[in-house]
Amino acid sequence: MSKVSITFQNSDDARHLVEAILADNPAATASVMPALTKIDCEGRLSLRRESVEVRVGRRFDLQELHLSLISLAGNVEEDDDTFTLAWHTAAEKSQS
Amino acid sequence: MTVTAIGPYEFKSRDHVDNFHGNRVVYWHWEEHLMFCAAIALMLPPAMPFGEVLGNVLPGCYGMHPEFSQIVWPKVTWMLDSRPFKPDMEAGLAANHVGHKSLLRFWTPGLHGLGGAVV
Amino acid sequence: MNAMQPPPKLKKLSLKERYAHLTRELGWKTTYQPMDKVFPYAEYEGIKIHDWDAWEDPFRLTMDAYWKYQAEKERKLYAVIDSFAQNNGHLNITDARYVNALKLFLTGVSPLEYSAHRGYAHVGRHFVGAGPRIACQMQAIDELRHAQTQLHTMSHYNKFFDGLHDSRHMHDRVWYLSVPKSFFEDACSAGPFEYLTAISFSFEYVLTNLLFVPFMSGAAFNGDMATVTFGFSAQSDEARHMTLGLEIIKFMLEQDEANVPIVQRWIDKWFWRGYRLLALVAMMMDYMLPKRIMSWDEAWEMYFEQAGDALFNDLSRYGIRKPKYFEVASKEKHRLSHEVWATFYNYTQATAFHTWLPSEEEMKWLSAKYPDTFDRLYRPRFECWRAMEEKGNRYYNPTLPQLCVTCQIPMIFTEPDDPTTTCFRATEYKGERYHFCSDGCKDIFCYEPEKYVQSWLPVHQIYQGNCGGADLKDVIAWYHINFGVDNFDYTGSPDQKLWDEWQLQRSSNPV
Repeated sequence: MSKVSITFQNSDDARHLVEAILADNPAATASVMPALTKIDCEGRLSLRRESVEVRVGRRFDLQELHLSLISLAGNVEEDDDTFTLAWHTAAEKSQS
Repeated sequence: MTVTAIGPYEFKSRDHVDNFHGNRVVYWHWEEHLMFCAAIALMLPPAMPFGEVLGNVLPGCYGMHPEFSQIVWPKVTWMLDSRPFKPDMEAGLAANHVGHKSLLRFWTPGLHGLGGAVV
Repeated sequence: MNAMQPPPKLKKLSLKERYAHLTRELGWKTTYQPMDKVFPYAEYEGIKIHDWDAWEDPFRLTMDAYWKYQAEKERKLYAVIDSFAQNNGHLNITDARYVNALKLFLTGVSPLEYSAHRGYAHVGRHFVGAGPRIACQMQAIDELRHAQTQLHTMSHYNKFFDGLHDSRHMHDRVWYLSVPKSFFEDACSAGPFEYLTAISFSFEYVLTNLLFVPFMSGAAFNGDMATVTFGFSAQSDEARHMTLGLEIIKFMLEQDEANVPIVQRWIDKWFWRGYRLLALVAMMMDYMLPKRIMSWDEAWEMYFEQAGDALFNDLSRYGIRKPKYFEVASKEKHRLSHEVWATFYNYTQATAFHTWLPSEEEMKWLSAKYPDTFDRLYRPRFECWRAMEEKGNRYYNPTLPQLCVTCQIPMIFTEPDDPTTTCFRATEYKGERYHFCSDGCKDIFCYEPEKYVQSWLPVHQIYQGNCGGADLKDVIAWYHINFGVDNFDYTGSPDQKLWDEWQLQRSSNPV
């Protein structure tokens, strides 16, 4: 078990991010606590710019997530379209 | 010396015995009585007889505990700096080999703390 | 859901290109001074770096984006702070006892934010590569922001509650604050790579979640919207800092195999130092939040055991293992908060905040959360003190405690396999004895004794005559703690009186 995780404030901005992640990562689960929501997912998890844009109805810069982010766990890989958290698994190692 | 430094690195101990005005710091710990959250640090003259610490100093530290007055000192088991130890009550701390920053742990037979819970 | 299509994106530099411009073209090889003179701390720790350009900050934040988002965070935070003050938000917290956690935060944690600012500004100057330099500079600014926003937020509480009036002064003098102070000074006086391993990785990545996530969620749960907002505003930076922490570790490990044992030793040391520091947080979570979110034990499982397993599993490809003594920390999770709260209960005559005995209802919660230890070991302690209190004889420990030379916490911790026996460890160095609360603290001393023989141990300093005098009242005055106001039990304190009056007014003027 190597879960990545990302935690957001329970704010209106972050609501769309949480929805986008849960829609795009079927294995992701969300725990809602006072003032925050923690999302966990086995292995890897991605936040896609397009998924957020569809929800907020405007252009979205992935770096806007800095405004709502509380914490994360996993190696970060970020470009203009996708923000990914991943742990290196044994399977991945044998592939490369 | 394993310190990683950009130059010579040597300092005098901040708690050297010379800094305590002729006294020594001695730590005392009454085992199985954790109402007292930690061992206590007392600053004492090295010539103070061991028995005087028990009779005149420790009561001010532990006296509010109902078991303290029941301690039979001759039956108490002592460890001085991790070695079994039998104090000479008449002799001073120094003569008892109680040094600066020595630790004295003591067990009181029959007294294991209140409520069976090492309080 | 809104199905509107976003407008097409304009052609501009990609994130990677913008970041490369910022971090690869701001560094140069010096000509009229040799590089090792310009960067004198780059090599002495033994870390070998062959290619500074291999450094990649995954967030790739450029300065324009940094200022934009930080400004936005500030606007949001200050809107909350203003509204909290305008609406007398302090009246809506669950109980005035909660404010004591803020007193500890302001004196113990906020000054560390300031120290972190100085630390990052310093190491940011000393790395050869522009990538880590920029990451450190941004973090230095973040940390200064955290110190400022925390002071601003808590200044509202300072108008009404005691003990919040002189946090900076107290941080430098008060006995229990030597624990966080010495932790950070140990890091700041190390080299730049050790500093980043200590603060960015071991503290920010591995441990700060425990401080800023469940505790801040608890602040929200207790009606303190101001604190939760500064907490999360800081933590949003923290998430970026965590990636710096992981990045620096991977960078060092990938640069040279010879770096692995050095990094491992730092991880071992700083995990243990950070864990000991968090003992304060364990107590804040289990005893100082009137309404609780999760126990220390649950938080430790979630944020260290599970998250740490995943992290160290990932790092195992470099030959890094879990920090030494992590299993001791897990053994202590059922007792840590109780041992620490009992300690502050012992010595509340010398603290800038109040303590109290848990109510019967709170003890029920503790016993449900700690079924193996609470009723057997800690409830009897509290009941004994309750009996003394009812006789008008509230227990205060009249002595000074023995301190651990490394972590500077009183020697309160018990043997890893026996919670009824205090753990004592000792060593001799140059003919002098030194005492430790744990194998972890002893190992740290034994590796670098020259550093820790300088420990400014508050108890010994009082005995040496360096703390304002020999009596409790003298020392308390030297700490700038107001005797009879800031210290002693919550019951009978001016804080309690004021709070009770407010509650009375509220019930006589129902809204």
